[in-house]
Amino acid sequence: MWEYTDKVQEHFLKPQNVGEIDNPSGTGDVGSLACGDALKLTLKIDDDERIIDAKFKTFGCASAIASSSALTIMVTGMTVSEAERVTNDDIADFLGGLPKEKMHCSVMGREALEAAIADYRGVILPMAEGEVVCDCFGVTDLDVIRAIKESDLRSVEEITNFTKAGGGCGKCEDTLRDILQTTISDVALKPVKLDTPKRMTTLQKIKKIEEVLEREIKPALKKDGGDIELVDVDGDFVMVSLRGACTSCAKSQTTLKEYVEKKLRELVLDSLIVEEA
Amino acid sequence: MECNPENVIYMDNNATTRVAPEVVEAMLPYLTDCYGNPSSMHNFGGQVGGAVEKAREQVAELIGADSSEITFTSCGTESDSTAILSALQAFPEKRHIVTTRVEHPAIKNLCENLDRLTGHKHRITRLHVESDGTLDLAKYEEALAEDTAIVSIMWANNETGVIFPVEKMASMARERGILFHTDAVQAVGKIPINLKELDIDYLSISGHKLHAAKGVGVLYIKRGTPFVPFLVGGHQEEGRRGGTENVASIIGLGKACELALETMEEENGRVRALRDRLEEGLLASVPKAMLNGHKTDRLPNTTNISFEFVEGEAILLHMNLYHICASSGSACTSGSLEPSHVLRAMGVPFTAAHGSIRFSLSVYNTDEEIDFVLEKMPPIIAELRELSPLWKAE
Repeated sequence: MWEYTDKVQEHFLKPQNVGEIDNPSGTGDVGSLACGDALKLTLKIDDDERIIDAKFKTFGCASAIASSSALTIMVTGMTVSEAERVTNDDIADFLGGLPKEKMHCSVMGREALEAAIADYRGVILPMAEGEVVCDCFGVTDLDVIRAIKESDLRSVEEITNFTKAGGGCGKCEDTLRDILQTTISDVALKPVKLDTPKRMTTLQKIKKIEEVLEREIKPALKKDGGDIELVDVDGDFVMVSLRGACTSCAKSQTTLKEYVEKKLRELVLDSLIVEEA
Repeated sequence: MECNPENVIYMDNNATTRVAPEVVEAMLPYLTDCYGNPSSMHNFGGQVGGAVEKAREQVAELIGADSSEITFTSCGTESDSTAILSALQAFPEKRHIVTTRVEHPAIKNLCENLDRLTGHKHRITRLHVESDGTLDLAKYEEALAEDTAIVSIMWANNETGVIFPVEKMASMARERGILFHTDAVQAVGKIPINLKELDIDYLSISGHKLHAAKGVGVLYIKRGTPFVPFLVGGHQEEGRRGGTENVASIIGLGKACELALETMEEENGRVRALRDRLEEGLLASVPKAMLNGHKTDRLPNTTNISFEFVEGEAILLHMNLYHICASSGSACTSGSLEPSHVLRAMGVPFTAAHGSIRFSLSVYNTDEEIDFVLEKMPPIIAELRELSPLWKAE
């Protein structure tokens, strides 16, 4: 069960401003049934460019309905240029926060608001001109880039939580990762390391381990009259045999774990476990 | 934490069930005085072992098996993994598995992870279902191949209650020397099962789906079926499943199976009648409501109804205000962004899949509860449709 704030519950159970304005000054229609949520926002705007009424109809879960209700309350009384500055975070904040998987509901609110204002002004939204990257939910690259910048997103999972992109078949995940990397470097922030586990075959491991032993480890041990041989690799278990001065050295176990294992983890694979054969 | 079951109208029995009071009573001594280890040599532990054997017989009795064919596990998921991985290890040269698009995640996700778990490449055939959730036997037959190691097809679907003809499918597999597993966690205790006469090699049971406690399951392994253990450790369960037995839950499961035999008639009579009344009542009183799944080839306790143009989570939260417990196949309830894989496999339109509600009853439900739900549901749906931009009142 989702953890909804009291405010979300309140706006879900007793939503404000439900309905449609007759002859609205602007209409924003976003989402679709296939996407699992849809919102129709209608605005009445007076001659001083002030929003004097806002109404909504929403198909969706509790947070989608609550976000819509919150949005209409927030924008009523604002001028159009004030309303243009409302972000999805403002909507979520108004509700005392939303579960992270539900942030896309607040994004839908902001999108509807933008669409309604664009409709009022008779302009076409730049977002609509982007290229669709997520076919399942019809999300464009411009939508994704904007969400990354505005909400400081750092992973594909977060992009999905905010825009729904990648939440269907998942085919666009690589594209999203690319957009994330480019966008983050655009805003001059360090790209985060993605947590995809590194996988190697046993043969690859053996080759790489042999290489590191020859290049780094053996020369170091030989300085103290010792030596090391690779005996076997089984999964992540690396079995080695210590030779020479190492066999009689009281500190050989420390060398094995603190030096050999550390080095192999650093240069080959960080899940390796070194054991004496 | 305070739970008040008296205030709740519980219609989510395919998720989990109330532990029967008789089951609790049977379990209690094994959580208090009788704490011995069944494997011990002394009498204090040994008598506990005797009680576990009695439970084994009670389970066997319910499904028409021999007690030697019953292995206790920790849950349905463990039973499923054990069966499939056992078959694949018994026939390492066979790399093909036949299953369906509507299996529980315990099978679905296991199949997705097989290559990683076994280190081999596998071919998985996932059979399509018809729009009423049933399987086409001809397509099933076509899917069986030379190198098929195992078939795994659920006995009854958890979301729709649709029952598959596993008896027939198991025979077809047997004729070709293919092992047959069925995830029967939703079927056992709800419909009569007699494995003696069937060609089913492995069958999974989950205790908490039939009024026993959570944390215990069963894998039925037909005598003579090749078997390789999944949990390796001590010699418990004849070496088929290492790990000290969850004694109290096992004793409770035995009792629950005994009770299920006694209530089988009620389940298929009174409970079925309650379910039918609920279903017919909702379909009649709510416009644009439709049944998901075959009407008759179905468990007696389950109904899955779509209310078009409204979203399932919103419906459930309104029901929650009246303490009515059920489930939904909507995207929002699952944490994923797509509605239930079962409804999608059936081709249920998105307009309906998002608004699907599953009611699953048990012998604890009453006529009054059905009346109450029938009274509360239509206004809930009407209220949410008022909010919906997609709903046009006709």
